[in-house]
Amino acid sequence: MPPLLSVAGLRVGFDTDAGRAQVLDGVNLEIGRGEVVGLVGESGCGKTTLARSILGILPRPPAVIESGRIDLDGTDLLTLPARAMNDAIRGRRITYIPQDPLGSLNPVFRVGTQIMELMKWKSPDGKARRGRWPGLFTPYPHKRRRADRARVLEALRAVQIPDPEAALRKYPHQFSGGQRQRLVIAMALLTEPRLIIADEPTTALDVTIQAQILALLRRLVKERGISVLFTTHDLGTAYELCDRIVVMYAGQEVESAPIDRFFAHPAHPYTRRLLESLPRPDGSVREIPGEIPGLVHPPGGCRFHPRCPNAGSECGEHRPPVDMPEAGHALRCYHPDPMEPPR
Amino acid sequence: MYLLTFIVKRLLWLVPSVFGIIVITFVISHVIPADPVRLAAGDTATPEQVAALREELGFDRPLVVQLWYYVQNLVQGDLGESLFTGRPVVEDLLGRLPATIELTLVAMIFSIVVGIPLGVVSALRRNSLLDHVVRIVTVSGLAIASFWLGIMLQLAFAMHFDWLPLGGRFDGFPPPTVTGFLLIDTLIDGDWEGFGNAFSHLLLPALTLAFPALATIVRFTRAGVLDVIQSPYVLHERAMGFPPSVIVWKYVLRNALVATVTQIGLLFGILLAGAVVIEAVFDWPGLGYYAVNSIVMSDYNAVLGFTVWAGVIYMLVNLAVDVVLVLIDPRRSAA
Ligand SMILES: Nc1ncnc2c1ncn2[C@@H]1O[C@H](COP(=O)(O)OP(=O)(O)O)[C@@H](O)[C@H]1O
Ligand code: SF4
Ligand SMILES: [Mg+2]
Repeated sequence: MPPLLSVAGLRVGFDTDAGRAQVLDGVNLEIGRGEVVGLVGESGCGKTTLARSILGILPRPPAVIESGRIDLDGTDLLTLPARAMNDAIRGRRITYIPQDPLGSLNPVFRVGTQIMELMKWKSPDGKARRGRWPGLFTPYPHKRRRADRARVLEALRAVQIPDPEAALRKYPHQFSGGQRQRLVIAMALLTEPRLIIADEPTTALDVTIQAQILALLRRLVKERGISVLFTTHDLGTAYELCDRIVVMYAGQEVESAPIDRFFAHPAHPYTRRLLESLPRPDGSVREIPGEIPGLVHPPGGCRFHPRCPNAGSECGEHRPPVDMPEAGHALRCYHPDPMEPPR
Repeated sequence: MYLLTFIVKRLLWLVPSVFGIIVITFVISHVIPADPVRLAAGDTATPEQVAALREELGFDRPLVVQLWYYVQNLVQGDLGESLFTGRPVVEDLLGRLPATIELTLVAMIFSIVVGIPLGVVSALRRNSLLDHVVRIVTVSGLAIASFWLGIMLQLAFAMHFDWLPLGGRFDGFPPPTVTGFLLIDTLIDGDWEGFGNAFSHLLLPALTLAFPALATIVRFTRAGVLDVIQSPYVLHERAMGFPPSVIVWKYVLRNALVATVTQIGLLFGILLAGAVVIEAVFDWPGLGYYAVNSIVMSDYNAVLGFTVWAGVIYMLVNLAVDVVLVLIDPRRSAA
């Protein structure tokens, strides 16, 4: 069976005053059905850009999608008309868990208003196509509304919001950060999507709450068989949540492996630096030497070559092809490190 | 419940505020080098006659005593008599009130109904032709003096094209007074022709008055929308596939309106001041016109009465604005 989502050769640039920044340089990514994939890389490597490309909400301009495909269940999302993307894909097939739980609910509407608005348009019981009415005046059939409300209450219970009825009448500022994150997770689950895109969903929360919420999210998506693309700059959180990890460096995916294999046999020089940069038990942190390259005039070939201890002359000329040292483990490197656990 | 205590508190604050306005106006009108009594007595009056009138009006007593009497009367709803019309100032004011309120309200409603959508659309189509045109219009709205604009409109539409009347409020006999608003009274009377008559008189002064208000509302709405569409909650709404029109006209607009509504409160003061000038230009029989005449004639009770009225209205409007702000943005009620 083909994967649920497949991104192939995706090139995305941002037009800036200094010229076009090549933010995604032919990215490939696959997500299987029910699979939770962690997209890991340093800040600025293009995780959010990739997430928004899949959702079709890149700001264009300045963003330009130069080439590539994004297929969801055999539909090429990049050629889908904007209207169809909004009506049938976003909020239905693909939902989103935002990064900033404090700012991601509209401050001047009750939580219930916002969740019921979502259900009005995206309820699994409703039709994907909007009628002739301009959005504001579209009626919300009473019967469906009642059924949707029951679903909403159940979803709030599932994410462990106390007293769901009362919660619907409150405003976002009356909830803590962790509770707000639970609310947006409930919204992402409510419409029964195939794929959830969670863009650094817990970075703003403190560590204990972060762990609780990740465990809850993992349980809920596994129960429902929903796939997740989870972006993070933190390998530790990816480890808690994911089945597989994809590492990206400066807009190029460099290595992808199932979680156990990933931590046991990392092979790409950048992946190994990333693992070494995790805080040690004694609290020390080893920085990756060198700097993240500028993306307007990025290094050619493998973008890691200016910082790579293994680099040879071919590395700066062509991007290395995909190598599969083992089923499920993809690698793009001319001179991988021996596949031993890092120290 | 919170709202109710809030309103009551603010209403109580009205009392010291009005008192402050009276004191300031009182002092100013007594230090300006004009002698209202001499003017009121006329050119032919002898010094003795002037002195007698001065005593009769109480102008010979200390300022504090005069103030005391004024406030005492005010509490009983008496603003004194106009030195020139010879009638109670309250009557004069009440008689002219509807004309001014009608003018100001129509200008305000026009600038809100046109300004908010225009601000939203120019924010969404940033740097489009429409946005540039809107920017030119709003900059001129704030830069052009109202009286000049009024005179230009008169020259164009009243003199050159002769489409609209030059000034005044109504030709012929006005309809029976019910509300005092001619647009409404003519309709109540079923007099469509009269409605057109009143409307054609209202059009130019209302547009002149509305222009700077429109400019401000467009500017603040546009800025508010631009600010709000960057926010993480709008990103969330878009990522979840809410229809774009629902996002803009419901979820963005309500947030963006906070800045606009605050401005509308401040604008009302500008509108009241503007009405003074514009009523003079368009011969509009309202309070502004009355105030101008009173100042020119040093008709001191009338000036004071107008000032108190304007102060109270201004404060009431701002109270209303604060209530609306709490209704728009629930976070304010916590503060
Ligand atoms: N609107 C934009 N205009 C110009 N450059 C942008 C814009 N958004 C993102 N970028 C650039 O794209 C690169 C990747 O950003 P992003 O996808 O947010 O990375 P990440 O989520 O991994 O931190 C960064 O270099 C950033 O400067
Ligand atoms: S060895 Fe070459 S291809 Fe591999 S990471 Fe280093 S620079 Fe890139
Ligand atoms: Mg990001």
